[in-house]
Amino acid sequence: MKALSVRNLDVWFGVGRDQVDAVKRATFYVNAGASFGIVGESGSGKSTILRAVTGLIPTWSGEIEVDGRHVQHKRGREFYKLVQMVFQDPYASLHPRHSVDQVLSETLQLHGFKDIDARVRGLLDDVGLGPSFRFRYPHQLSGGQRQRVAIARALAPEPKILLLDEPTSALDVSVQAEILNLLNDLRAEHKLTFVMVSHDLSVVGHMCEEVAVMKDGEMVEVMDIETMRAMTPRHEYTKHLLEASLNYSA
Amino acid sequence: MNLLDVEDLWVRFPTSSGMFEAVRGVSFSLGRERLGIVGESGSGKSMTGRAILRLIRPPGQVDAERIDLEGTNLMQMSEKEMRDVRGSQISMVMQDPKFSLNPVMTVGDQIMEAYQLHNKTNRREAKARAIEMLEAVSIRDAERVLRAYPHEMSGGMGQRIMIAMMMIPNPKILIADEPTSALDVSVQGQVLRIMDKLVQDRGMGLIFISHDLNLVADFCDRVLIMYAGRIVEVCQADRLHEATHPYTRGLLNSLPRLDAPKDRLEALVRDPDWRHQPSVSGLK
Repeated sequence: MKALSVRNLDVWFGVGRDQVDAVKRATFYVNAGASFGIVGESGSGKSTILRAVTGLIPTWSGEIEVDGRHVQHKRGREFYKLVQMVFQDPYASLHPRHSVDQVLSETLQLHGFKDIDARVRGLLDDVGLGPSFRFRYPHQLSGGQRQRVAIARALAPEPKILLLDEPTSALDVSVQAEILNLLNDLRAEHKLTFVMVSHDLSVVGHMCEEVAVMKDGEMVEVMDIETMRAMTPRHEYTKHLLEASLNYSA
Repeated sequence: MNLLDVEDLWVRFPTSSGMFEAVRGVSFSLGRERLGIVGESGSGKSMTGRAILRLIRPPGQVDAERIDLEGTNLMQMSEKEMRDVRGSQISMVMQDPKFSLNPVMTVGDQIMEAYQLHNKTNRREAKARAIEMLEAVSIRDAERVLRAYPHEMSGGMGQRIMIAMMMIPNPKILIADEPTSALDVSVQGQVLRIMDKLVQDRGMGLIFISHDLNLVADFCDRVLIMYAGRIVEVCQADRLHEATHPYTRGLLNSLPRLDAPKDRLEALVRDPDWRHQPSVSGLK
């Protein structure tokens, strides 16, 4: 069963002479319960794919199927019950004047849940934050704690697919370890499907079973993690990227 | 003689809830070498770099027994004398070129300004030196880049321009504060190699501030590991992976590794005692 299929996805910005093709004919499939990574340099279009899938960029064409159903350009509430996204910068993705409680209960309300109080407590517990964090504001939280809140918000509608856009690149390595462990636990517990974008190959190597490599808007290779660990990719560019990330001075 | 000796450096900021001590009694020296300073955010590594250049503005306070640049104590200099030190003796490359280049000045004017401030020359010579310098940081088409504005440059180009600008007055010491964190891995290597070559060729001292342990282990000669404003460990960079302090070990173990996969990453458990242990001396 495929949780997410993307076929011939094109994403562009601007019109006419100024048109930039950010993603060109990207095709990939993610099985239910799997974890799929997308790597590449900045500007290669990896985040753009996630943003197009989640409906943040209207200028795309191609086929996106979520849970067996075609995704239209206008997405309804059912779509967001299935797909949620966690963003890169926990300092920018939370409203500075909304407390953790407001952030979570608003999301729950929008998705039509009734037992909001119990659910907020449950969500905080899920992401390893105690009840004492419930009425805090973002500036009273550390980077790691904020990212936990962002993850809790994404989990609120009980989605099946989480799109993770560089979820730990703004965090220290020790905090990164905690967040990656948390994500893996949540994936097992809630039977989630992950699509994770990162520029850090070792993070993707730790989290994912399959990895797509992007270059200039094109997916040049999709490989499984064993191929990546063995450093035996087919494409020349992937090899270059792997070597650059393993050895800086070479 | 060492290029730089720092003894008992403190950086303090008064806050509504009392004095915050960002750097707490750090001592180290720098020869003609590549010295790495690593630590997490808030460990005081950037503040250490800024304090050397006396760039910390009031109400922040800097205290030190001495900050000796080849025997001259920077702490006793006037602000006017300090201005002659900054740039021409010690210069600094910051993390993000987007925020450290002047957006309304062409690249050429900025580099030439840096040169002319420290050398009494005409524009033509400054321009020739600027082109030479841009070529030294592997920028092709230097003439065009001179006329361009910073927003026309990519991140990697911007950072190389910053390095060119910092190197043109030929300083003795370069402080690089996370110079490659905003760059892609493939560009990162390129920028590091350029910096390394310049430092080696000119016999400069380099202070390389980073949160990336592997990078520092690869690139530097000696490493100071900072935690809560103190140095917890000093070691040779190629032996960083044999470090013994539990904090350093914890940082190393929390990194996912492609060549050594594991199910769970080790989360760092912080011992409150680490805060109170005396700072390890990095003096030579």
